[in-house]
Amino acid sequence: MTASEIISLSALELGQAIKEGRTTSPEAVDAYLEKIAAEDGRFHSYITVLADEARARAAEVQAKIEAGELTGPLAGVPVALKDNLCTKGLLTTCASKILYNFRPPYTATAVQKLLDAGAVILGKANMDEFAMGSTTETSYFGPTGNPVDPEHVPGGSSGGSAAAVGAYLAPYALGTDTGGSIRQPASYCGVVGMKPTYGAVSRYGLIAYGSSLDQIGPLAHTVSDCAAVLETIAGHDERDSTSAGDPAIDMHYTDALVRDVKGMKIGIPSSYFGEGLDHEVKEAVLAAAEVLRAEGAEIEEFDLPMVDYAIPAYYVIAMAECSSNLSRFDGVKYGYRTERFEDLQDIYKRSRSEGFGTEVKRRLMIGAFVLSSGYYDAYYNKALKVRACIKKAFDEAFAKYDVILAPAAPTTAPKKGESLSDPLKMYLSDIYTVSVNLAGLPGITVPVGQDAKGLPIGMQILGNTFCDKTIIRAAYTYEQAAKERKGGRA
Amino acid sequence: MSKEYEIVIGLEVHVELATKTKIFCGCTTEFGGEPNTHCCPVCSGMPGTLPTLNKKVVEFAAAVGLALGCDITRKCKFDRKNYFYPDLPKAYQISQLYLPICRNGGVTIETKDGGEKFIRLHEIHMEEDAGKLIHDEWTGQSLIDFNRCGVPLIEIVSEPDMRSADEVISYLTNLKSTIEYLGVSDCKMQEGSMRADVNLSVREAGAEEFGTRTEMKNLNSFKAIARAIEAEAARQIDLIEDGGTVRQETRRWDDAKGASYAMRSKEDAQDYRYFPEPDLPPIEISEEFLAEIKSREPEMRAEKKARYIDDYALPEYDADILTGTKALADMFEGAVALGCKPKEVSNWLMVDTLRLMKEDGVDASDLKFTAEQLAALIGLLDAGKINRPTSREVFEAMFREAVDPAAYVEEKGLIMEQDDDALRAVIEQVIADNPKSVADYKGGKKKAIGALVGQTMKAMKGKADPGTVNRMLAELLDE
Repeated sequence: MTASEIISLSALELGQAIKEGRTTSPEAVDAYLEKIAAEDGRFHSYITVLADEARARAAEVQAKIEAGELTGPLAGVPVALKDNLCTKGLLTTCASKILYNFRPPYTATAVQKLLDAGAVILGKANMDEFAMGSTTETSYFGPTGNPVDPEHVPGGSSGGSAAAVGAYLAPYALGTDTGGSIRQPASYCGVVGMKPTYGAVSRYGLIAYGSSLDQIGPLAHTVSDCAAVLETIAGHDERDSTSAGDPAIDMHYTDALVRDVKGMKIGIPSSYFGEGLDHEVKEAVLAAAEVLRAEGAEIEEFDLPMVDYAIPAYYVIAMAECSSNLSRFDGVKYGYRTERFEDLQDIYKRSRSEGFGTEVKRRLMIGAFVLSSGYYDAYYNKALKVRACIKKAFDEAFAKYDVILAPAAPTTAPKKGESLSDPLKMYLSDIYTVSVNLAGLPGITVPVGQDAKGLPIGMQILGNTFCDKTIIRAAYTYEQAAKERKGGRA
Repeated sequence: MSKEYEIVIGLEVHVELATKTKIFCGCTTEFGGEPNTHCCPVCSGMPGTLPTLNKKVVEFAAAVGLALGCDITRKCKFDRKNYFYPDLPKAYQISQLYLPICRNGGVTIETKDGGEKFIRLHEIHMEEDAGKLIHDEWTGQSLIDFNRCGVPLIEIVSEPDMRSADEVISYLTNLKSTIEYLGVSDCKMQEGSMRADVNLSVREAGAEEFGTRTEMKNLNSFKAIARAIEAEAARQIDLIEDGGTVRQETRRWDDAKGASYAMRSKEDAQDYRYFPEPDLPPIEISEEFLAEIKSREPEMRAEKKARYIDDYALPEYDADILTGTKALADMFEGAVALGCKPKEVSNWLMVDTLRLMKEDGVDASDLKFTAEQLAALIGLLDAGKINRPTSREVFEAMFREAVDPAAYVEEKGLIMEQDDDALRAVIEQVIADNPKSVADYKGGKKKAIGALVGQTMKAMKGKADPGTVNRMLAELLDE
């Protein structure tokens, strides 16, 4: 199989080809490594490319596949990992100067599950520093370019993961989603990205941003790939007390890969389609809704309350949590330490001032402020109350609808440099994604078209807690129907 | 002092729980060990790691709460206490602020006048211990040992209900005893498994409002606590008498100097920015769980004391002291179970053991000898193999070096002469050598026999039973 044939395959197709002996894991890894070497200079989707490690690992995995020890659908298939997922002995930087040299002595549970299934890590993908940003421009190692037009951002914070998949520099990737960080870059890069229900995937080994919001999820070219990856990484982990332990929760996600939405009740929140939404994005998402209607879904508009409060509540909670989570980066035990210092306070102050970027510092300061004595009730506690109201609003919505459709972002990918100058505007662009994290819901973004410049547009499908299979079914149905309409094979 | 003052004291007591593993990971809680050998990525706070709660900690904390009559919070939560210090590798301590596991309850103490007083508890919460910094004076460097990071603690916070050092010591003694009886901590102040911070203020007698309080830290023994309370109360009263005001501050006690100095004032007190720990779900405590813990509660001090009086006919005084520490009570019951007479065991513990503990500064929980050894010693006495003075010598060796009494008396040749003929020969010789004493005795001065007993014991090198000697002497003299 030629390199370009290998690269044209989805993750599952590649796994199948390796299983059938049409190609091998080393061949596939080589094809991707060569493409990365040739093209990633334009996109900068990777922080670290693990060429030697990947080649050695691919040979091992191939031997196990041939010996019948590895039989899963992803065995031998390479993957890109967002650089906030710990990989034993391998650089894990969170795109920050403060962790520029950090090699964790353990591997994240989700990553370990992929490795156990025969995955080969191509490298660590770029991201916004500590996952704080919506453009992947806050990375200490420089920004990532959008695969369609590198002058535009890929979205963020999992921009490196989305761009690597979008530019065919990895068949699939893991990202993390705290306020839209998988779904929004998936939308900007024209790929599928899924944030599972909070608790579906273990957070052990994910360097936390907002602990009550963070969730690991897949980015890939197809809904099927995402379902297969999620099925591999999901499940209870005794090392994460917030991971779902109820055996009644059905995590056989690939069973939901069925083209069938007949009778499915789909709600469209009117407030998500009003002011502030780019008309091209609106048209594309509403057209996609019509595709689902044609497949038998019942679609209606409804009022989703509390929408206006989601952004402030989200940022208060995420910043409060990150101000605590990131306090451990103090220059004492690992990572960056300032070169000159006078005393202990000075080590802390200088290491952190020099080690963190502007956006991270902004969030740490705001987070410390909202938790400080005298402001806790006015900000943090109030945000928790709003969060409970938002959860209730979704509970009520899901009593009526099986899934909710929404844009993933108000616009297509902006040009580099446009967003960071106005952080508030950047925060506001997360309007369609953050509520899902506050309520712990699953959401998946599927590509539904392009704007006039050819930049991708994505649609989010949101589901109730632990109804991940329902959104996978809706997304798969849309994907198959859209492909058929374009004249592709269904 | 021109006015009468009242001292107002509240305590914050930290107790290390004797679980096998740490509160949020599987590392051992064993004390000591080479630095940084009892830690893992979780307790050393590495990025990406997450805490998982050791359920034993909840059991132990709830057991203490139930024993102290607290209300148990059915859905309690952990919170993060944020501050920077190198012995705290996450830069936050997982603790409880908003919903601690226990509230209310209290400890009944005896007051000086023999009455009873109830010291109310504000709360008991669970938290993790921090690591230890080791400052190397020679190199000027500070090293960090994470072994203690994540060792489970409960903090028992009292209301400001105590009014003197005596009340505080009584409170601490009762608290320590309860916790020891429950078996949830060894409560060793020297090793830091029990630590008390003293919040103290003074006010004019009869005043309604509390005075400004200080918090005293670094108190490593009951004696230090009593001394610190006296010194701090005097310091505050002097300040007020001199027209000054007490500053709200944290002070560090220097026991060697018998004085304290200010560590930090309220103004530079840290804002800990507490918020609910998002990595740990709330802990649901069921009725069944509490019933189970209650059913496993061992015999506590009061019941035990009553039983000692009823079953073993011990005086109340003995029963009180023996049950004062679980280690002494265990020793008592162990020796009695091996067949020793309760009163005899009690005497050994009440007299010789307490004396040596005091002389050597040893805690009851650190006694070296075993109940088996004490029973063996008493057995040697009962069998007439050693006399009482010898037994005291053997006991000292047992107390200090944990010697086996039987082997020890054998080795040292302390076993009494059992041959009556040999003893009779010695006595006859003593009578022959001491005509004056004999004459005194025969002349009616019965006390003169004492000198003859002494001479006989000396000739026997102590290896005779004074009672037997006495009896034989009387027989021979009265012939």
